[in-house]
Amino acid sequence: MRFIQQNLLSKIAISNGHGEEIPYFDGWKAYDSNPFHPINNPQGVIQMGLAENELCFDLIQEWILKNPGASICTAEGVNEFRDTALYQDYHGLPEFRNAIAKFMGKVRGDKVTFDPDRIVMSGGATGAHEMLAFCLADPGDAFLVPVPYYPGFDRDLRWRTGVQLLPVHCESTFKLTITALEAAYEKAQAANIKVKGLIITNPSNPLGTVLDRETLRSLVSFINAKNIHLVCDEIYAATVFSQPGFISISEILEEMECNRDLIHIVYSLSKDMGLPGFRVGIVYSYNDAVVNCARKMSSFGLVSTQTQHLIASMLSDDEFVERYILESAKRLATRHKDFTRGLAQVGIGCLKSSAGLFVWMDLRRLLKEKTIEAETELWRVIIDKVKLNVSPGSSFHCSEPGWFRVCFANMDNETMVVALQRIRKFVLETKEPEMPPKKRYCQGNLRQLSFKSRRCEDIMMAPSMMSPHSPIPQSPLVRATT
Amino acid sequence: MTQTRFYRTQNSEPEEDTKPTTTTTVTTGGGGRTAMRVIVPLQGVVQGRGGLVLGSVIPCALFYFLQLYLKRHRSNPTAPPSPPATETTPSSSSSSGQLTEISGLHRSLSRPLLSPRGSTGPAYISSRANSIVKSSDSPYYVGLKKVSEDPYDELDNPDGVIQLGLAENKLSLDLVRDWLAENARDSIIGGGGSGGGELSISGIATYQPFDGLMELKVAVAGFMSEVMKGSVSFNPSQIVLTAGATPAIEILGFCLADPGNAFLVPSPYYPSIDRDLKWRTGVEIIPVPCRSADNFSLSITALDRAFNQAKKRGQKVRGIIISNPSNPVGNLLNRDTLYSLVDFAREKNIHIISDEIFAGSTLGSEEFVSMAEIIDSEDFDRNRVHIVYGLSKDLSLPGFRVGVIYSFNENVLAAARKLTRFSSVSAPTQRLLISMLSDTRFIQKFIETNRERLGRMYNEFVAGLKQLNIECTKSSGGFYCWADMSGLIRSYNEKGELELWDKLLNIAKINVTPGSSCHCIEPGWFRCCFTTLTEKDIPVVMDRIQKVLQTCKSRS
Repeated sequence: MRFIQQNLLSKIAISNGHGEEIPYFDGWKAYDSNPFHPINNPQGVIQMGLAENELCFDLIQEWILKNPGASICTAEGVNEFRDTALYQDYHGLPEFRNAIAKFMGKVRGDKVTFDPDRIVMSGGATGAHEMLAFCLADPGDAFLVPVPYYPGFDRDLRWRTGVQLLPVHCESTFKLTITALEAAYEKAQAANIKVKGLIITNPSNPLGTVLDRETLRSLVSFINAKNIHLVCDEIYAATVFSQPGFISISEILEEMECNRDLIHIVYSLSKDMGLPGFRVGIVYSYNDAVVNCARKMSSFGLVSTQTQHLIASMLSDDEFVERYILESAKRLATRHKDFTRGLAQVGIGCLKSSAGLFVWMDLRRLLKEKTIEAETELWRVIIDKVKLNVSPGSSFHCSEPGWFRVCFANMDNETMVVALQRIRKFVLETKEPEMPPKKRYCQGNLRQLSFKSRRCEDIMMAPSMMSPHSPIPQSPLVRATT
Repeated sequence: MTQTRFYRTQNSEPEEDTKPTTTTTVTTGGGGRTAMRVIVPLQGVVQGRGGLVLGSVIPCALFYFLQLYLKRHRSNPTAPPSPPATETTPSSSSSSGQLTEISGLHRSLSRPLLSPRGSTGPAYISSRANSIVKSSDSPYYVGLKKVSEDPYDELDNPDGVIQLGLAENKLSLDLVRDWLAENARDSIIGGGGSGGGELSISGIATYQPFDGLMELKVAVAGFMSEVMKGSVSFNPSQIVLTAGATPAIEILGFCLADPGNAFLVPSPYYPSIDRDLKWRTGVEIIPVPCRSADNFSLSITALDRAFNQAKKRGQKVRGIIISNPSNPVGNLLNRDTLYSLVDFAREKNIHIISDEIFAGSTLGSEEFVSMAEIIDSEDFDRNRVHIVYGLSKDLSLPGFRVGVIYSFNENVLAAARKLTRFSSVSAPTQRLLISMLSDTRFIQKFIETNRERLGRMYNEFVAGLKQLNIECTKSSGGFYCWADMSGLIRSYNEKGELELWDKLLNIAKINVTPGSSCHCIEPGWFRCCFTTLTEKDIPVVMDRIQKVLQTCKSRS
């Protein structure tokens, strides 16, 4: 009998649930096939679509070198090896949970405390979100998500869980309002969809803004009134670099009466500590049943105990943590200032923000017309000719065309300067309405491409890394060590 | 509460006959002993004397009452009148699975969830969550919990519980530890103090490929070959790395089957596969019983029968899952059996998942044959074969969470690579393992020494049991022996088995895994893991068992 492939695999395996067909991922592919390197490939695509934070790597490196025992895999730390290597309890090492709880408090200005017994480990924030979706909703149930939202949600929350996301469209000021939530909720009701919760990112990805106290309070009242869950993604909590400051949902809970069983926080060390490679994600739920269930589920994405041990030692070093948080905010502030100022010089504005590893860049005036098609067209020009992988607003379900998310913390200063130069040159040139220069671009581009393919191969030989969103091997990016 | 219980029975937690509410379903399943182990209760009904009539009447009735219940208890009048139809659509094929899913809905947890502060009522969590929150009371998990609360220690806690229920290997950890002390200094961030080494912090801190670093895949492929004594070589590009074998199995479940589809699994099988495979995928397991008379070896006839029965029920079987060396029995599948398995899979057009996580932990001289070797030697469409491996057992590093999917199917690999975003291995651990596994001399020595120690412990442990007149099946691999205590149980059924298990746990204070947790259809078998012990512990264990045996004498 012949093997009939399609019939033999699950819908999950053969469907497009991974969502990698959307244009957002084309940018990744463009970057993956021609990555910028200051010396080896100075004409390559600069990665500005990846929200990584490498501004303070030197501090972490220094700490690891100073504390060799922390990794348990050195002569200094090997006494801890036996217990750590064998420990496979899904609760996680007690010292790991204590350290995370303390760190979460610290990042939130020590205004609230977190209970280590409520810390549930998962494989990155990605795993944390999926786990909550599994715990809170059944296939067909829905979550409200204010737009613009992180494109990965469409995959992480929906793919295996069968849960739906319902975008909540806010007014053009990108400010979440209860009216908008009510409207979305009612629409779902009319369509006979069971809404199980509301998901917010605070600080917002992609906007970089924080929610104020009033909004947070009204959100809590809203979900209480509807008796639906509130999932707060606070993975950017420590990236706040200026005023207004960050207010955690946990703080709001202390202030007002509400059903705590409805509140869940997603946290991770990928952004705040810049350690996505460690795959440390956290679910912090105020609901005992969810904690209990998620803990069992965490067997599907446990963090290696060696990493747990390393993290526990690092985060228990109060002096280091305090210094890191301060220094990181300072460096982010500087980078943000430099970058936005550079953009402002050529008349490009960004949404005012106080957190995140990115800006929400306003290129509305460069659009031929106010449509998503025009935005995608502009975006392709930015990828192919300006050679920057930025993320178009449409991939975040933004309803107003012309906005782009631009990450600025995953590169060194020199690369940022090159990126700025490219944007400025592009903006100045597109102001000319004539055709000839555009033509010239195309030719130049063609030449460059053929010239580069050879180099590209060389780079592909390097230890391959992959972007978190793309299956294609990458080159070592711009991580020239200083 | 009937339906909640009902669900748990369906979940095959071995507690059916103790719950009065389930007996209605269970006893119809053909009566006698088999009734006890009915895995899908309705299946039992259909096959039993009740026949098709009961098989369809009972689910319909339950469904009807449920709807009534839902209608009556919809307290909020403004809530949408979400019809049961929407809730039932997701799973379509098996009405029993469906029913129970709904029955889990909102009820069992609603009361404890009612917060005094909340005015609007309970926080509804998913039925998936509800189904599992209270399911831990299977003896397997009870025992593990008991040990973690009161672990035996020769000096600090001599009256504590001795762990024989967890398949972890402490026999050779010293070797790994010594290697680390000597070699691992630079393996995580290389280059020592200069900070300018080849691997700087960005080699571990930044995003890495979710399905594992290529260097680690190469190293793991080499390790797998080494473990299988070079009989087969593995292609690193067919490897997907996951955070442990648990997600590896689940990912294969997600890739190969839709909710309601089933896998055939020869029983006894290891206890946690129920949760690992079924919970979130909605996939079903059909145990295919093996018997002590055949030394618990796999029978193609039984597989065929189970397949046909499922087909008659309208249930789609997507594959068969074997563990080789078998967990919990410890026997190996020989070449002939593997070939006939492959033929069976081809004939039925289904997948084979071969869990070979104990491949390197073999005992004695019998040869281990990997499914990969069969595929290599046979002109066979390889697309249906998937191997699960990991470093938790053979390298005794369960805490490091490294699992392996090795598949010949490009589409499965592509999907699995993407799914690893939910469960990838942390980069510092990957870097460390790359340097450890690349040290071939160390690895060879480790495998050899570990096998030696394993063999010695096995012999001593089995000899100890023999002195107590407890026989074990002949084991050729794994960290455990499969002991026959059926002569010691008061009544020859699951209840008798669990009574003995309880005595062993609470009086003798040793935690073994009862056969019922492994879906063994014959009562009185126990899995005892001996690799958590030192040689000094064996007499202590035997002493403790002896004491319990004296209380059992009355039966004989």
